[in-house]
Amino acid sequence: MENEYRFNHKHILGLEDLSRTDIEFILNTADSFKEISTRPIKKVPTLRGKTVIHLFFEPSTRTRLSFEIAAKRMSADTFNISASTSSAQKGETLVDTAMNLAAMNPDIIVIRHSSSGSPRLLANHIGASVINAGDGTHEHPSQGLLDLMTVKENKGRIDGLKIAIIGDISHSRVAHSDIIGFSKMGAEVCVCGPSTMLPVGIEELGAKVCGSREEVVEGADVVMALRIQKERQTDPLIPSLREYATFFGVSKKVVQLARPDALIMHPGPINRGVEMDPDIADGSRSVILDQVTNGVAVRMALLYLIMGREGNE
Amino acid sequence: MNEQSKSLLLKNGRIIDPLNKMDEQADVLIADGKIERIIPAGTGNDLSGQNLPSFDLAGKWVLPGLIDMHVHLREPGEEYKETVVSGTRAAAAGGFTAVACMPNTQPVNDCQSVTQLILAKAGQGFARVYPVGAISKNSEGTELAEFGEMKEAGVVALSDDGRPVANSQLLRRALEYSANHNLLLISHSEEMSLSENGAMNEGVLSTRLGLNGIPHPAEEIMIYRDMALANYVKRPIHIAHISTRESVSLIRRAKAKGWPVTAETTPHYFTLTEEAVGQYNTRAKMNPPLRTDDDVKAIKEGLRDGTIDAIATDHAPHSTLEKDVEFDQAANGIIGLETAVSLTLALVRKGVLTPEKMIELLSIHPARILDVTGGSLTIGATADVTVIDPEMEFIYSTDKIVSKSKNSPFIDWQLKGKAVMTIVGGRVMFQEG
Repeated sequence: MENEYRFNHKHILGLEDLSRTDIEFILNTADSFKEISTRPIKKVPTLRGKTVIHLFFEPSTRTRLSFEIAAKRMSADTFNISASTSSAQKGETLVDTAMNLAAMNPDIIVIRHSSSGSPRLLANHIGASVINAGDGTHEHPSQGLLDLMTVKENKGRIDGLKIAIIGDISHSRVAHSDIIGFSKMGAEVCVCGPSTMLPVGIEELGAKVCGSREEVVEGADVVMALRIQKERQTDPLIPSLREYATFFGVSKKVVQLARPDALIMHPGPINRGVEMDPDIADGSRSVILDQVTNGVAVRMALLYLIMGREGNE
Repeated sequence: MNEQSKSLLLKNGRIIDPLNKMDEQADVLIADGKIERIIPAGTGNDLSGQNLPSFDLAGKWVLPGLIDMHVHLREPGEEYKETVVSGTRAAAAGGFTAVACMPNTQPVNDCQSVTQLILAKAGQGFARVYPVGAISKNSEGTELAEFGEMKEAGVVALSDDGRPVANSQLLRRALEYSANHNLLLISHSEEMSLSENGAMNEGVLSTRLGLNGIPHPAEEIMIYRDMALANYVKRPIHIAHISTRESVSLIRRAKAKGWPVTAETTPHYFTLTEEAVGQYNTRAKMNPPLRTDDDVKAIKEGLRDGTIDAIATDHAPHSTLEKDVEFDQAANGIIGLETAVSLTLALVRKGVLTPEKMIELLSIHPARILDVTGGSLTIGATADVTVIDPEMEFIYSTDKIVSKSKNSPFIDWQLKGKAVMTIVGGRVMFQEG
């Protein structure tokens, strides 16, 4: 099948840079790695001797742990640097930090940063591969890929599905990667949220904007709610969380409009009772924990493919 | 300015002097820093007993000195980016005989002593320097700065450029009080509550890049407020660096009603679109941000039909410290003194502007708006002269940049048309090659 195809990306900065074939190849690779995590000895020697640095300028529990577990299960040596302990507090620039890390010859740097585009800035200055673990409101490609994997695994396909995404599309890098990824794979992506949370020109990324929660969920194969960030106080986006829950929360009644076999997803962490009813989050259609499990497999696949690409040794 | 001859002969150039309705090949004799005579081409050599430095300018344009009414020289306070001397050297290299420098230095030019310091430094410079004083103390937008004292020290206009005067009452009072000292207000028009935290023009591209957008009404709302207040108190206002279609339209309508408004744009707003941001290129980050193709078209139309009075560069030097960082953290602004002539000539070649119109925008109008010397080659006038080779092609490479800073989106562009000689008060301050 992949006779001609070679995965040849040095960096994973966003799903925008990946072709449909690239994405399919990553998902297939991730699928084959999934089994490793169910073994009694969850470790393969594939990346032995490789160094992976996790450079996190924003707090993260799940994504960082997921990357770290992925790297360790591939036998890579991993190191963590978090913003609170980094030189950023002392005024060192990102480029300086990058150059210093590069001088220690890491193979891969996984970066999370609040500034959109910072992974690319890093990639422009160092020889190592860069994986974007979330940059500002730009992209979160590994999350997008694990969402694709979860849907494909449960539905058998992505092409032709209706994906409903509800919430703060403007400030969600997950939504951006999902919109790009799902539409690239042939799904119809429909978004809905308070108009204050829909960015200008989102249609150009491949999303159809729906006027109401009911319209977006109608006949959907996947219903995804996004986290409403309580900490966003300065910009008056919504009157109250309560009003948000009333008009945009994913409730049992809303879910009934979706297809009977629709999947419920959330990139986490959930504000229960705000963007999603607890019953729905914990219900039988919820694949929220599958998302987490698949995150490890997708990240193992990314590490493996980047290191194994053509021209790299 | 360095001591050298203030007399010279410019031979065989095409003299374009719209105020004197002149466009012909001629010789220009400059004596003792003034335009002495303009005589038929080739006859300059016959001037008896003159042993003058002379320059054969066949094929070149000889113009009234160009005036950039909006630059940042960074001195005092940020001399690592630019100084009065380095900035005026860049100005001369770009064909400008004079620049008006904005007050957002450190400290802000909001009092006599800062103005005096800038003018003292200008004595060693390569172009005339017209300091612009602050409207409010420390440009904080709360109290009026000392207009009268600054005027006595030499400021030619007032602005809080870099930030808007957010408080409308303060702007009203500034407009009123500026009458007592006959000073023009230059407005940086921006509604900060809309633009704050924005990193580029708001649109599909800002969404795609995940950058906070600056919606174009942030500029237009304030332009309207500024013009309405100026008209209300019957004081002139000059709108700096306009970038949007609606801004052009608002100013066009205000002028039609006779409101006392003038406006400038910059070469980047008629040359580039937001696409120049590409993949987070901080050299394309400025405020106001680069806009869309539609805006660029409107800006060109505004230049053509006279809605926009002047082309200024908003020359804003920054070092790699401010630019080689995350896009949203990067400083706003680009250098522009050394590319303005080439980029404006591109509009002349495209037929958007005539050479005369170009001279109006870069010399006649800035002189008139700021009420400073220049704008013509009238006999007896101070000899501020710019010589342009409209055909000269060059690559604008980093190593050729004269400014101390290199933050230009035009680096490595193939450009056509260049200033080859800049004469200030009869002294050659720059000569190509």
